[in-house]
Amino acid sequence: MSPALTTEKDDRADAAAAGSPGPADTAGSVSIDHVHKSFGRPGAAQAVLEDINLQVRPGEFVCILGASGCGKSTLLNLIADLDKPSAGAIEVPGGRPALMFQEHALFPWLTAGKNIELALRLRGMPRAERRPRAERLLELVRLGGAYGKRVHELSGGMRQRVALARALAQDSSVLLMDEPFAALDAITRDVLHEELTRIWSETGVSVLFVTHNVREAVRLAERVVLLSSRPGRVVREWTVDIPQPRRIEDAAVADLSVEITEELRGEIRRHGQQ
Amino acid sequence: MASSETTRGTAVEEADGEKQSIQKSAEKSTAKAGPGQDLAGLEAGLDALDTVQIKRVSPVEVLVQKVLPPIVAVAVVLAVWKVLVVAKVTDDYKLPDPGLVWDALRQLWLQGELFDIVWTSVSRGLFGFLIALVIATPLGLIVARVKFIRAGLGPILSGLQSLPSVAWVPPAVIWLGLNDQMMYTVILLGAVPSIANGLVAGIDQVPPLFLRAGRTLGARGLVSARHILLPAALPGYVAGLKQGWAFSWRSLMAAEIIAKSPDLGLGLGQYLENQRNNSDMAGVLLGILMILVVGIAIELLIFAPIERRVLRSRGLLASAR
Repeated sequence: MSPALTTEKDDRADAAAAGSPGPADTAGSVSIDHVHKSFGRPGAAQAVLEDINLQVRPGEFVCILGASGCGKSTLLNLIADLDKPSAGAIEVPGGRPALMFQEHALFPWLTAGKNIELALRLRGMPRAERRPRAERLLELVRLGGAYGKRVHELSGGMRQRVALARALAQDSSVLLMDEPFAALDAITRDVLHEELTRIWSETGVSVLFVTHNVREAVRLAERVVLLSSRPGRVVREWTVDIPQPRRIEDAAVADLSVEITEELRGEIRRHGQQ
Repeated sequence: MASSETTRGTAVEEADGEKQSIQKSAEKSTAKAGPGQDLAGLEAGLDALDTVQIKRVSPVEVLVQKVLPPIVAVAVVLAVWKVLVVAKVTDDYKLPDPGLVWDALRQLWLQGELFDIVWTSVSRGLFGFLIALVIATPLGLIVARVKFIRAGLGPILSGLQSLPSVAWVPPAVIWLGLNDQMMYTVILLGAVPSIANGLVAGIDQVPPLFLRAGRTLGARGLVSARHILLPAALPGYVAGLKQGWAFSWRSLMAAEIIAKSPDLGLGLGQYLENQRNNSDMAGVLLGILMILVVGIAIELLIFAPIERRVLRSRGLLASAR
């Protein structure tokens, strides 16, 4: 195992330890506390998430990893308050978190700039401040010239960057990302990994990033959380100590990815045996 | 071409400036800075490679592709018509020479009646359409968003669309008599279901992702309706308006042909019916052609530009060729 990374065998004990210190320590953290979620009628309900405990410290970058049916997207919907947990509590500092989807979800009837301005408007920013702020956000994602561009005039990677700028326009301290780069080609995805890392370190936002791509998770995250499938439970978590900027090709990234992939495959195999 | 190259040149310069500042900050933060850190330049390159090129169509191409075909089609129809007349396939009173129809038009023009007849119908049609619009829009919104009302009214609205509006003329005459109100009633019964259905279809086709995205941005209830739902439903709504106009115009012509009264001004429908009574086939054909031309003209002058604007701004037109 590479010396650049450490793993925590007993993640549950660790999570509990992270949750237990005084209020000063958890203030500003996203706190997911014994969350259950099931769908369907009571009695015949199917559990999707089971006893999820997770803390995301201010400014932390956490990747949630899992195979199909692990409830990754359900978990993000719960945190984004688009759905309610069946049991347990979720606390998000500063109210509504920003959410970015796999599809860019930009509104095609607005220009790139106006998409961002709508987000600013919906959070109550006065009209005069919106345009300069939108332009600065576009410059942050290096699309300074795209203010007047329509969504269909942008490439896939540019659309996701505008979507990122729109999410950042909410000025939330928490950014939820639901496989935002899954539909992009490998070259563009690689560039956007770098871009996201840069923006994350510049803005200090906490990121909770859902993916099924192990390499992507190790490339980006400070902490990788592996969920089991049907129902989703936290199986294990890894702290990634490889210094940024990382490359997806780095040996250390590869080593940890191999280890996590083994664990993930073990989880998937369990379903074949049942 | 030249202008696009200059803009690209400045974009590269800007990117270079950014690159320098990023390299500086990268050197400060880590010793790993190298060619791999040239993210801004890389990104500018990717953007340039991936950007969708939107082809501009030259006026000559528009002329050849859009204007020429309908002109040729009309010319072919006129030629076939003339050949049939010259070949004497039927009696003159059944199929008059195209020249006679032209003479009838000239006569209307010289008598100063042409504009009055057309305007009587067009003003009725457009005013009726506007009332239909005002009624159908809130109706469509409610039907689309309130489940109970949708279950009750939805099938009725769809059914009304397939009912020929000429069927409403007899009851409208009994209810209201031979007057303009009766005309408007027939127009409304024809156009309202069609516009409302268009809006319902437009709202149904709004991707749920937009509504979810709107909710994460903080748009709920009426705010969401105004900023997300209605703009997203606009293409379907505009299609409904176009169809609504077609229904308005058809309903009005049905009413004008059936309902005859000196109190009603002379519109296109009445003109057509009068020429039938006079057994003036050239006048009948002229009436039909004028009804057709006015219907097409209103669509081309008012609805087509609106629809094109809505679709083009969303990138829904560029590929539709």
